[in-house]
Amino acid sequence: MDAKDILGLPKNSVTQEKKSRPQKDSQRKPDGISREVYALTGGLAPLIPAIEASQLKKRPPSDEKITWQWLPFTNSARKDNLHLYHWVRIVNGVPPTGDYSFAKYNKSVDIVKYTDEEYEKYLTDPMWTKEETDQLFELCQSFDLRFIVIADRFPSSRTVEELKDRYYSVARAMLIARAPSPGDISGHPLVKEPYNVSLETERKRALSMVLSQTKQKERKEAEVLAEAKRITESRMVARGAEESELPVPSNAGPESAERAAAIPGDTVSPSSNVQHPSAAVAPSTITVDNASILASLRMLRVYLRTYALDQMVQAASSSAGLRTIKRVEQTLQELGVNLKPRVPTKAVCAEHLELRREILTLLNLQKQLQYKEAEGSSYRDGSYADTPGTPKHLSHGGDQDRTFVPDMSFAGERIGKRDQKRKAPGRLSEAPLPAHKRPRKSKAADL
Amino acid sequence: MSLTTSSRKQGENQPDDGASPAKPPRIKIGKSSEDSDKKGAHRRVKDVEICVPIVYGTIAFYLGRKASESQSHKWTVYVRGATNEDLGVVIKRVVFQLHPSFNNPTRVLESPPFELSECGWGEFEIGISLFFHNDICDKQLDLFHHLKLYPEDESGPQTTKKPVVVESYNEIVYPDPSENFLARVQNHPAVIVPRMPAGFNLPYPVSIESVNEREKGDTKDHPLNQWFMNFSEADELLKLAAARQQVQAHIVKLRRQLSVMDGPPPLSKQPTSYDYT
Repeated sequence: MDAKDILGLPKNSVTQEKKSRPQKDSQRKPDGISREVYALTGGLAPLIPAIEASQLKKRPPSDEKITWQWLPFTNSARKDNLHLYHWVRIVNGVPPTGDYSFAKYNKSVDIVKYTDEEYEKYLTDPMWTKEETDQLFELCQSFDLRFIVIADRFPSSRTVEELKDRYYSVARAMLIARAPSPGDISGHPLVKEPYNVSLETERKRALSMVLSQTKQKERKEAEVLAEAKRITESRMVARGAEESELPVPSNAGPESAERAAAIPGDTVSPSSNVQHPSAAVAPSTITVDNASILASLRMLRVYLRTYALDQMVQAASSSAGLRTIKRVEQTLQELGVNLKPRVPTKAVCAEHLELRREILTLLNLQKQLQYKEAEGSSYRDGSYADTPGTPKHLSHGGDQDRTFVPDMSFAGERIGKRDQKRKAPGRLSEAPLPAHKRPRKSKAADL
Repeated sequence: MSLTTSSRKQGENQPDDGASPAKPPRIKIGKSSEDSDKKGAHRRVKDVEICVPIVYGTIAFYLGRKASESQSHKWTVYVRGATNEDLGVVIKRVVFQLHPSFNNPTRVLESPPFELSECGWGEFEIGISLFFHNDICDKQLDLFHHLKLYPEDESGPQTTKKPVVVESYNEIVYPDPSENFLARVQNHPAVIVPRMPAGFNLPYPVSIESVNEREKGDTKDHPLNQWFMNFSEADELLKLAAARQQVQAHIVKLRRQLSVMDGPPPLSKQPTSYDYT
């Protein structure tokens, strides 16, 4: 038995033989490398793939005879006619003619020139004297319209925008004045897109404001924007609900409805009060929290009861932290209640939601109480250290570790024990419960 | 897992909506004119929600001696009314999406009872899509059910007598239904329709066809009937009420403790403020 048998391959496979051959070849030491150097590579593939000369495209055979010569040259970009030397590639003994190849990169700006008469005629400006304008144009010439540099060198204090405005308005005025007809220059950028000072100053001001913003300001702005978005979305939901009251159903898609459902309504702070002390079956106890969810559910033409319940549970716990949500679920299990009702009828769902709300209230009360106790104990500091159950060793961090235990007749004794246990908070979650109190029913019950 | 016969009281299922639990005689009335039909299809009845309790799940029998390697179980997946009433009144079509290894894995059932039997050896997630009649809505509802073949407790050999049953209860809710739809299903036992507001009159109670003529779509005499599970709302409500009572009692106690602590702390009374009873 070997691998071939297992794979069901023919024993004397010819293709196998053929395949292994070229592999061996590639392992051989290539020509032109000394054995010692090759040994250094350890026979590994080279980092740069070595291409053999035979594999390269052949250069077409040519009769060119190439030499290099040290020759003088002139640069047309220079005005001093300076003679310099460089190496030149000469093909068949003929030196190349034409301009120095780098001369073309010497670009210069055509700065408009004006005469004194033209200035008097077209260019007078109460804000600018002729001397200043002359100075500006000289600087423009020498610095190739680099206005930042020009503004820096300009003798009187003028902003970059003022300089730009003067230069472009002069250039435009000269262009228009010299043009034979207005039609000839209508496409010229100076005419088509005149420089707008006020817009430019405003743009730069806005830019500098954005750039000088602090982190806090940025965060605040993002918050405001998010809030605004939330408001518009909730308004859209409200409008959608109104529209659906019209006889013709609105075409609000399910996406918008789902999005609306994701926005939790203003939840009543669970610590504020217990709204419904009566244990009576009351499907009408759906509070304001759920109004928006109900509105969005209505826009769906059909939904599952469990979907509605999930949405409402989510909304109700949106104000609570992840930890609190977990504790609510833990408490539900301790009470022997399924996290998802087994028979989710309308009444059961309403009751389930109420129970969750009450548990949230309870947890909040516990937190408050522990906080108070901690305050009180630090106030009296140890005078009742021996009293069992005195939560002297309670710190704020310990608040979270207190678990709710279903209230039974032996609750007093039980809690006393629990307080002692708190010294070892790690074990708390394993607080023993009567086995019958958490029936792990079949999984079907959780579906 | 409580397995009871499904002869379940109707009232149990709908105590909150006040729908008449007894089956009223269904009256066949001639079709109304086209015009009113159209109007009724568009007009939606506000603040009314039609609710259809359903149960979906699987029942799997071990084939015992007949079991082969690839076909060890015979199972049935179904969607039924919670009280085994005919769901055909709302559901037009059910599509079961089986594992791709099955021949023709998308199975479409155009009429009740919506069930499908297959043989296999593996558990997988079955997709169940419900499609409704045209006067209800165009949207489909997707359910998922995990097929279970092997019992939870592995004690003892698998038996061919007792099947593995997994069922889920849910309710299909139609908010603000169209008038036509409401009129059509108003007295149907599979559907829970709340009491109409006073003075509300449906244009014409339209019935599509007489019940007697219809092919039987309910699952009351279903061969697997004895294995159907019982979903008791009352039990669930009782359990919840008990839990709420416990929580409320605890809240009251905590409130009292808090108010005691908030009061002026007379030193002699302080130990009692930590008396938890």
